[in-house]
Amino acid sequence: MSSTPVSNVAEATEAFVADHSPQRPSKLERALKSNKTASLLLLLVLLAAWEGGTRIFNVPKFLIPPFSDVVMALWRGLATGFMAKDGLWFHTAITLTEILLGFFIGSAIGLALGVAISQMERVEAVLQPYVAAFQSLPKVAVAPIIVMWLGFGISSKVAIVCMLTFFPVLVTSIAGFKAIDTDRIDLLRSLSATPWQIFRKAKFPSALPYIFAGLDMAAAFAVVGAIVGEFVGAQAGLGVLILQMDAQMDTGGSFSVFIVLSIIGIALTSLLRAVQRRVLSWMPMEAHKRAVNA
Amino acid sequence: MSHIEIRGLSKSFGAPGAGGVLALRDINCTIENGSFVSVVGPSGCGKSTLLRIVAGLLDYSQGSVTMDGQAIRGTRKDVGVVFQSAILLPWRTILENVMLPAEVLGLDMKAARERAMQLLHMVRLDGFEHKLPRQLSGGMQQRASIARALLHDPKILLMDEPFGALDAMTREQMNLELQRIWQESGKTVILITHSIPEAIFLGDVVFVMTARPGSLERVIRVDVPRPRTMEAMGTPAFTKVAHEIRDIFDHTGSFD
Repeated sequence: MSSTPVSNVAEATEAFVADHSPQRPSKLERALKSNKTASLLLLLVLLAAWEGGTRIFNVPKFLIPPFSDVVMALWRGLATGFMAKDGLWFHTAITLTEILLGFFIGSAIGLALGVAISQMERVEAVLQPYVAAFQSLPKVAVAPIIVMWLGFGISSKVAIVCMLTFFPVLVTSIAGFKAIDTDRIDLLRSLSATPWQIFRKAKFPSALPYIFAGLDMAAAFAVVGAIVGEFVGAQAGLGVLILQMDAQMDTGGSFSVFIVLSIIGIALTSLLRAVQRRVLSWMPMEAHKRAVNA
Repeated sequence: MSHIEIRGLSKSFGAPGAGGVLALRDINCTIENGSFVSVVGPSGCGKSTLLRIVAGLLDYSQGSVTMDGQAIRGTRKDVGVVFQSAILLPWRTILENVMLPAEVLGLDMKAARERAMQLLHMVRLDGFEHKLPRQLSGGMQQRASIARALLHDPKILLMDEPFGALDAMTREQMNLELQRIWQESGKTVILITHSIPEAIFLGDVVFVMTARPGSLERVIRVDVPRPRTMEAMGTPAFTKVAHEIRDIFDHTGSFD
């Protein structure tokens, strides 16, 4: 008995369904209806409202400049050469250096200490109250003293950023190491693994999601820390630029610096997320995140 | 020649006497080389505790446990353990997971890789070497963990209710698989289970344990010829052992 009748029916059904299904939306249609487009449209609407509102109501420029003024200020800033002292690029480079140096040093120390503390139970118990105490202290309150100790140069800002990034990384990494599935430790123990092997092969990879959460927080704090440090005492940097522009009532200029800061913040977080996605590619939640971002 | 000898083994948790719990009392038994021993008993009878002591994961209060004449005290490098859940490290591929013992014990990685591939073939996981654990079903993950437990060619395989988390049909299949794997590898196996049929199906010998305090009530030989099939479970020899075990549990009130 030949099998053609069955496959004919199957093919016929397929063709019928294809002809009568609603057409799959084209790429353009999908792009227009996506969430990203909606967000973009919202932004355009808000910017239009801002521009229109300030002009219609004649809002004083030093209070709320129209968006076009901000764009002009940003353009002027970007137009100054890379090497121009007191130019936008120069200050951005300073602040970025403070943020990155402080972030890396602070996170490294936080992680190293987290590893040490979690491997030695006694140490953790003894240090616990001090960690808690330092956590509750608003680190920015210490900024003036740091500036007094280390001066107006970059180092004081780097120190402040270090302090701010150190804690979230320390706390989350300790939590991560503690949260390990005891089954995994049993597994490694049954193979006569040394404590260091247990750490490297089970504890550390298990703690990575927590550590990345800490790094996310640290990145946000790093930007704040650099700016606050510059407010307190600095010779250069975006914080200094903001103060200068405020002093000159150049609010449009200030806003343009905010935009630069936002871009820095977004760039940092995006970079971090990209690294996280790569390192944690084995986690099932990745699929969930991708679906959310679509 | 006996592989493992346990004499007068007792284990209490906490302070002995008033405050503590006597988990095991005076366990005496021998386990023959290459035999399959099932340990069956109700919850709380100390069977997992016994297994952990043999694995060296738990210390004991009194008595002696020896393997090939050597006392077992602390973890060893010649024992393979399969736990209740597969415990595959989710960031490693199946192959990397199976090779874990070689990494920890510092064995030759090239040879280990070959052996891992062979073992994965033996547990019928060909083609899944480079998948992540989350891409495998529960039964497949347990098979991978069995392969892992055999990688370093341990003298003895210890299994703590390995199929407890699986559904009944997968469980039956796994029992058949395990019988085949055991016959192919020739290892000594100690399997903990609370399923009487599973214990009888797989074991040459069944250790029947009772609770409060955990004691080895009886050791029953299973004289059903190998290889055993699911149909064998209906034979008189099989049901005789099942009755005997159930009688013990009835009398010791284990079915409360």
